[in-house]
Parts: sequence; structure tokens; C-alpha cells
Amino acid sequence: MRRAPRYLALALGAALTAAVAAPIGAQAYQVTSVGDQGTYVIRGARIVTLNGPDIENGTVVIRNGRIEAVGASVQVPANARLIEAAGLTVYPGMMDAATNMGLVEIPQGANPTVDLSEPGDFNPQARAIVAIHPHSQHFAVSRMVGVTSVVSMPRGGLIAGQAATINLAGSANADFALTPHAALVINLPRTGGGGFGFGGGFGGFGGGGSNQANRDKQLADLRSILRDAESYGRAHAAYAADRRLPRPAEDVVLASLVPYVRGERPVIFGADRAADIRSAVQFATEMNLKPIIMGGTEAYLVTDLLRQRDVPVILTSVLRQPAREDDPYSLNYETAGKLHRAGVRFSISTGNDGSSVRDLPFHAGMASAHGLPKGEALKAVTLAPAQIMNVADRIGSIEVGKVANIVVTDGDLLEPRTNTRYLFIDGRPIELTSRHEELYKEFRDRKRPVITP
Amino acid sequence: MTDKTATFTELYMSRYLLAGLAMLASASGLGAQQRATPVQPTVIRNATVLTVTQGTLESTDVLLENGRIARIGRNVQAPSGARIVDGTGKYLLPGIIDAHSHAMSDAINEGSLSVTSMTRIQDVLNPTAGNLYRILAGGVTTLHILHGSANSIGGQNAVVKLKFGRSLDEMMFPGAMPGIKFALGENPKRASRAPQRGETARYPATRMGVEAVIRDAFTRARDYKRDWDEYRAAVARRDARAVPPRRDLELEPLVEIIEGKRWVHAHSYRSDEILMLLQLADEFGFRIRTLQHVLEGFKVASEIAAHGAMASTFADNWSYKIEAYDAIPHNAAVMTSHGVVVSLNSDSDERARRMNIEAAKMVKYGGLSDDEALKLVTYNPALQLGIQDRVGSIEVGKDADVVLWSQHPLSVYAVAEMTFIDGEVFFDRSQEATRLARLEQERRELEQAEPNRGPAPAAARGAGSNRQGGSR
Repeated sequence: MRRAPRYLALALGAALTAAVAAPIGAQAYQVTSVGDQGTYVIRGARIVTLNGPDIENGTVVIRNGRIEAVGASVQVPANARLIEAAGLTVYPGMMDAATNMGLVEIPQGANPTVDLSEPGDFNPQARAIVAIHPHSQHFAVSRMVGVTSVVSMPRGGLIAGQAATINLAGSANADFALTPHAALVINLPRTGGGGFGFGGGFGGFGGGGSNQANRDKQLADLRSILRDAESYGRAHAAYAADRRLPRPAEDVVLASLVPYVRGERPVIFGADRAADIRSAVQFATEMNLKPIIMGGTEAYLVTDLLRQRDVPVILTSVLRQPAREDDPYSLNYETAGKLHRAGVRFSISTGNDGSSVRDLPFHAGMASAHGLPKGEALKAVTLAPAQIMNVADRIGSIEVGKVANIVVTDGDLLEPRTNTRYLFIDGRPIELTSRHEELYKEFRDRKRPVITP
Repeated sequence: MTDKTATFTELYMSRYLLAGLAMLASASGLGAQQRATPVQPTVIRNATVLTVTQGTLESTDVLLENGRIARIGRNVQAPSGARIVDGTGKYLLPGIIDAHSHAMSDAINEGSLSVTSMTRIQDVLNPTAGNLYRILAGGVTTLHILHGSANSIGGQNAVVKLKFGRSLDEMMFPGAMPGIKFALGENPKRASRAPQRGETARYPATRMGVEAVIRDAFTRARDYKRDWDEYRAAVARRDARAVPPRRDLELEPLVEIIEGKRWVHAHSYRSDEILMLLQLADEFGFRIRTLQHVLEGFKVASEIAAHGAMASTFADNWSYKIEAYDAIPHNAAVMTSHGVVVSLNSDSDERARRMNIEAAKMVKYGGLSDDEALKLVTYNPALQLGIQDRVGSIEVGKDADVVLWSQHPLSVYAVAEMTFIDGEVFFDRSQEATRLARLEQERRELEQAEPNRGPAPAAARGAGSNRQGGSR
């Protein structure tokens, strides 16, 4: 399964294919960690396309950032840089649709590195895309296992802000943004009384529930601001169409809500308990929002509703401990399988702030060990999140025309012993290194100083 | 309102009463009965046996009898009445040992002083903690339960076998070396905990202070030991004037450390604090048994090996606080390559359920072999706790603490199917549905039991709530 020679037959490839120029390998990546959007060919690999059957011995051509050709018999273009990938497997890069990547480097004891939440309940104007730190060390560490895209989002309050869908490479937000304003993040006040803690975590399940009166007031305030945004949008649309109308005032907060209240962009609702998922779906229906459920611990209890309303779930709870002492030990491991069998659209996510996003394949693998078919587990961290976040036209599968986010491995992508051999993001070869690899190299052979008396 | 309060008080009191009675029953009568009943022998047939210390044995039978691994081989004869488990296509691994856990602890930190060597985690263990069953289902059979890291010198540890459903007495690992928690860096200097109003800051507040606290404690312990040594010498020469020194429960465990009778498990992160402790221990003439977490151990692996300390670390947990920012997933491999005995630990009831995956990561980061990776969660932690003659590998004569896995346990697709401890089945995936049905029935019976009935309808009327009951 492992350890196919890394640069096997690179020279051979050049000799056999007269048209092919420079073979690529470690040497090619020494200068910068992110290479050019040139022409690259990955040849002789098993290709797991995700949008169709696997190709046992296939070729992928990457040119100018896009996948130009995929198939068993593909013409290798002239001047392509060639990767002989016999024994290796090509997958689309993975995507984690619920993270705070780049918004927090060190959550505890280093507040200056934390840009997660603003004070107050309503912060739709807080946009992840302007605060994601592109040189966060979490980027390279995550992509080492083949995660190439994430959704990064603010936290806190009722409206936390706007999430961004990004690639995990690039120095400016214009480089790495797939969808700069990907979704609004809403945490509805939790239903029910206080006292039933869910053990904290991501989204809307931390702490105790709010009391009914407080919850009603928060919901009323939320409805009110969303309706204000609708009116604001209508007023500005009317003014744009007819300049003789009185000019409506500009408002940063309301303006940022307009695409969401118009249903042009999705709204991510943090919700874990069945009652909270139901109330999020109901609220979205009432307010004409396009909901995505994030969390989804008890989504298996609400599958009919989710399927009927076609509400997708970003499941962040696979590895979470079950909430009740007498819950089956494997309850949360099994939820993804249940959602699949019930026909609910879902993806699997770490729900992590960034440093442990590299565990994404193991969340999916664990779900697969407990009832989710292997192919579906893979889809849950590639194509499914891309579809849920409306970027499946660009990423999520090995398909002609898509952005070349590609990972080449020496084994099953979800297995912890598998190594990443090559990685492309946006059609650029990415050097397989990170802060961790650098520290490893620096210290692995260090010997203690010999002190002579 | 008062009615309702009274009802809830009654309810809780009766629950505690019931729980107390149940514990008494299991501690005295039931437990004794269970011990008296001989354990049914088990033969696991035709499994791939990952012995960890003797390589991998294909198509092999293993007999578990009288709590021990009695035979390993082909065509092992089953004693009469033995349970036969078909291991075809499955993998038998020693039970996983989690070398750093706070499971079943009703308290973790006695944080009022920076030296709390007199406290014992054994006194606050709850053998009925529900998480224990989930950890069993992750193939774990032994836990090293430590005091928290608030103090430079924390409390005394406990090593338990995960015999969920039994009394604490039956769970305590017989013969495990006594140990104690030390802690360095951010936690003992209380970096993340500002003093509340009216509270004075606790000493120490710096890594300098942490060193001084430990130095002071061992200086006092050394004096205390001299007092006792002199007293005993006086008694030995029949000196009638010999007066015993006053016992000191803080210093006694530290004397045990100096005498090699108690092992130090030291929470540490940064390389400088690791070196500080190793040098201090060298100076006072004792050895650090394990450095816990030791996330920058890779920077000073050579020094750790020279001191003779072992190391228990995370697989790849990092960046959650400043002192974890230089942590790398190659840590276990680098320390291993320098000759340090390394284990992986969970420090989390969630992570404890998937230590096989944590071990598997170490094949990728730093290139450990499969066997070396498996040792990180089996034999090596056993060695660190002084229980390697009993557990940690599959060898004839060792305790029958083994786990049958559906696939190779370093695969993410593997699930633990049966967990045996001392030859008894404590987790059986095939019986899970039956177990859950039994729990459900027990819950119904408890809910209907007289002391657990809800408030009378009259008392509940009025305050427009139907907030009781589950919210599913």
C-alpha cells in the first residue's frame, strides 16, 4: 500500500515521451512552496474521479490552473511537466466546510492571534475573507494530508458574520478565495430550558439553553433585522431603478445581509439537537433563507424534514462523545451512515478551528467504519461539501474544466498511514512541507553537547 | 415553587441513595461473588495475532484461561466449556494502555497549593463513569489516571484496569508502580488563570518559580529523609532516647521518589523546562520516569535519553496554546530514534476511543514501523507504568487483556469487536443491541420507581411549562 518509489521513472518518462520536458520532483519545489500554473501531467495512476467510475490506469492533464483532460487514454501535451504515478492514486483535494482556518492561530493565551468573534448579537458585516491570515501555519499542515479547501467562518452572537470558501494556498485573499462571501452564519438561540449541556464545541450547542422569554426576544430581534435588510434591499433596488426616488441611506450592516435575505446565498445555522435543527429549518422557511445545518449531531432524528426541504447538513460530530450517558457508544460514529441511507445531503467536517483540520480524513474514515460506504465517506469530504457550498462547478471531483485541486497519494486517502506524494492547488504544485516538516528536519538528528570535565 | 423544589430534592436524594446502595452491593456481596466464580475460558481461533513484542502470527489460536494468556499456537485445544471466538480475518492486539487519562475522576486539580503530593487521585475515582464503556469499546483496557497539571508537584496517580461495572477495588491494577504528577510551564504558573478579586496570586508565576518550588520541596524532603534515616539508625543501635520524627504527608511521597519507590510523571512542553527538570532530578539523585506531553521532546531527545526518562506524548495535537506551537507530529518518532521509550496518550475521553488511529499516524510522521507504532499504545506505556510483565503484549503467562479488531487496528476502518480483561469479556460489539435494550428497560423501571416519579400534577400546574422530559 505504501512506499512506491517517489520519483520512479521520472527520467524514464522524459526519455519515453519526447514531448515532455522537465520532470518534476522535490528539486523543482525548492525555491517557492507554491509553483506555477503550468502544464502538468499525472500519468499511470488510479484516478478516483468522484463524479464517475474510478479509472484504473489513467492520466490527468492540468493546464493553467484547470483540469484539461482526464481518462485512460489521454494525449500528453508538449512541454508538460510529467509525474509518473504508477501505483499511486489521484483524488480531488478534500474540503472541510466548517472551520475557523486563518481566523485563529493559537486560541488559548494568545488573544492577539484570535479573530473569531465580535461583541454583540448581530455582526453580518464581519467578513472572514478580510481577516483570514494567509500565512497561518495551519494551512500547510492541513494540506499535507490532502485538504485543499475549507470554509472559514466567524463565531459567536446570533449572526456571527460571513464565511468564506477558500483554497489552502495563496498570499492574498484574491488568490485563495473560491467564494469570498460564501454564507451567513447564524446561531439561533437554543430551544428548551437550560441545564442540558452538549459539552461545548462548534456552532450552536455550547453552554446552557436560554430561557424562553429571552429566546423569544432574540428571535424577534433577529427577524426584525432580517426584515429591515429586506426593506433596505428593496429600497436600494427601487432607487437604482429610478433615481428620482429619495436616496436611501447606506448601511453597512443591512447591506451585508441583503444577498442572504434574498436567498441568493446560503445561511449556515449552527444546530445540533433535533429541536434546534427543526427550529432552524422552520425559521429559514419563514424568513425565506437558504439553510445549511452545521453541527447536525441529532440530524438522524430529523431526516424526513431535511430531505423534504432539501436542507444539507455539515456534520461536525462524528468524533464527538455522545451526549447522554446511556447513548450507544457508537451513536455519533453512525450518524453519517444514517443520513446517507435516509437520502439527506451531508458533508463531514472536523468543526475545528484550524490546527486539527488535518484529522478530516479520519472523521470520514470513522463514519465509514460504522456504516457509511467507503465511496460515500470519500464524497463526504470532497464533492459533497463542494456541492453544499455551491462550488461544485469548480472543485470536488477530477473533472474536465474544474480547478485543479488534486492530491496524489500512495494509498487510501482516508487511511492514517497513507502519504501524500503530490499536491496541486489551483493548478499549482505545492511543496509538501510545513512548519512541522521544517522543525523535524532541524532537530531530528540533534545530539546533546558533549561536556568534557 | 417550594413544593417543586422539595420534590426535586427528594428525587435527587433518592437517586444518590439508590446509587449508594448499588455501590455498597457491588463492593461487598456482588463483587465477591463475581470473583469467586471461575471465568469461562476463551479460545480465539485463526486470528492474525499482533503480539507487539514477538512479531505477527498468522492464522493463530490464543487460549485465555484463568485470567491469563495460556496458549498461543495452531490447533490449540479448547478446554471444556470454553467460549470459541472465530478470529478468521480479524486481528488480535494487546489491550491498549492509555498513558495519560483523567477518566472517572470526580476531581482533577487540588489547585490551592503548588505542592500537593499528599493528595491521591485514587480517592476521587468513579468506577461507574459512563465514558469508561466507550473507551473499552475503543479497545483500551488500562488507564493511567493522573492528577491535573495546576501544580508543580501534583497528586498521586492511579493505574486501573477498565473493568467497567465492577467495584474500584477490582479495577485497581495490582502491582503497578506508585506514581505522582509533576507539571511545568504554563499550567503550574497559572498563565491562563488570573487571580479573582480578593485572591492573592499563587506562587509560582514563572518557570523560575516552578523550578524553585520543586527544588525547595526536594530540599525539605531530603532533610526529612535524613531525620528518618537517623531515627532508624538510632533504633537499630537500640538508642532508648530515639524519638521518631513527625510524619509529613507532603514529603513522604517525595522521599519515595528519591528512594526510587515512586515514579515521576511530569507534564512538560518546552525544551528548556524539560532540561530544567532533568537537571534538577540528576542533582537530587532520582530519575524522571516519564515526561508527559513533552511536545518539544524532539528538540532535546538526546538529553532525555541520557537521563533515562521515558516520554508520553500526543500524536499530533498542537497549536492550542503557545507552548504547544512548536509541537510536531514527528515527536514520537524522533524521540524513539534517540532511544527514548515513547507512548502516546489521549488526555481526553474522546481521543481515548481511537488511540489505534493516533498510533497509525506515527507511521506517516517520522516513519515508524507498524510494530513500533503499535508499541506506542501497548508495550511502551506498560513499561512506563511498571506493568510490562503483566500486560502490553500477547505472550503466554501474561494477563488476558486482549482486543479483537475487525481489521488491522492501524486502519481507520477497524473497529474493536471484543475487549477482554483478565480473560473476561467487558465489551462485545455483537451484544451491543442486547445491552442497549437492557439499559432501556432499566431506565423505564427507574423512571417508574416510586422515588423517581415527577412532581404531582397539582404542583406542576400553573407555570406554563412543559419543559420537562427529554428534548429529543
